[in-house]
Amino acid sequence: MTLQEVVEVVDGTVLCGEESLTRVVQLGFASDLMSDVLTLLEDDILLITGLSNNQAIRTAEMSDILQILFVRNKKPTKTMVDLAKEHNITIITTPYSMFRASGLLFSHGLKPVY
Amino acid sequence: MHVSYEVKAGDFSNAGNVSSTVKSLMKQLGIAPQDVKRIIVALYEAEVNVVAHSYGGTISCEIDPETVDVVVADTGPGIPNLDLAMTEGYSTATPEVREMGFGAGMGLSNIRKNADTLTIDTGANQPTNIYMHFSLVEGAHHA
Repeated sequence: MTLQEVVEVVDGTVLCGEESLTRVVQLGFASDLMSDVLTLLEDDILLITGLSNNQAIRTAEMSDILQILFVRNKKPTKTMVDLAKEHNITIITTPYSMFRASGLLFSHGLKPVY
Repeated sequence: MHVSYEVKAGDFSNAGNVSSTVKSLMKQLGIAPQDVKRIIVALYEAEVNVVAHSYGGTISCEIDPETVDVVVADTGPGIPNLDLAMTEGYSTATPEVREMGFGAGMGLSNIRKNADTLTIDTGANQPTNIYMHFSLVEGAHHA
């Protein structure tokens, strides 16, 4: 599904990376534990997390993940958004819980990593 | 090519800066993406460990056309029981580290998984030196 479809499904707000909303993402991975994210070999992932700090952006950067969905109405700081922009990472936020957002995205075709 | 960087203890907001710099360098040198990823994931886990658990240290990288060697050296306080620390799920992380999204006891095993060889010299009240060696799949085109 495209990032634009992700935004529509989770009633999301795009904080940066609007120019990439036509990008297609196949896989989703939901975790607040960045070490878990760092074990993934795949790149083409939507990271769904409630961890709103610099390390979420850094972990995405190190893992070549280009899109993050922050759940539970988490508000990334300006530093985080600037860091994401620097690495061409799209940030979307949603008021939904991680469970609800993940369930909706799964039912709309986003596949699990495993 | 040799590069070396300082890592400050407890500087959580900047944890990952060195890994980010090294990643950019490796991409410029033409190292294959799959090699960059496993090297940088291992380096980032190690950098977070230095910030979270040590008194501070240095990260040195020797980048050659066929290999990359990374040395992560801190000034202590060391790991009293390395076998236990290498066990997935074992952690001595503080709540602050867990709030960063780490501290689940996966760092060292994640490093071991990504490095071709891993050697750790440590002990109670001693510095910790981590040596990681990586053989490059396609070689670095410009190193």
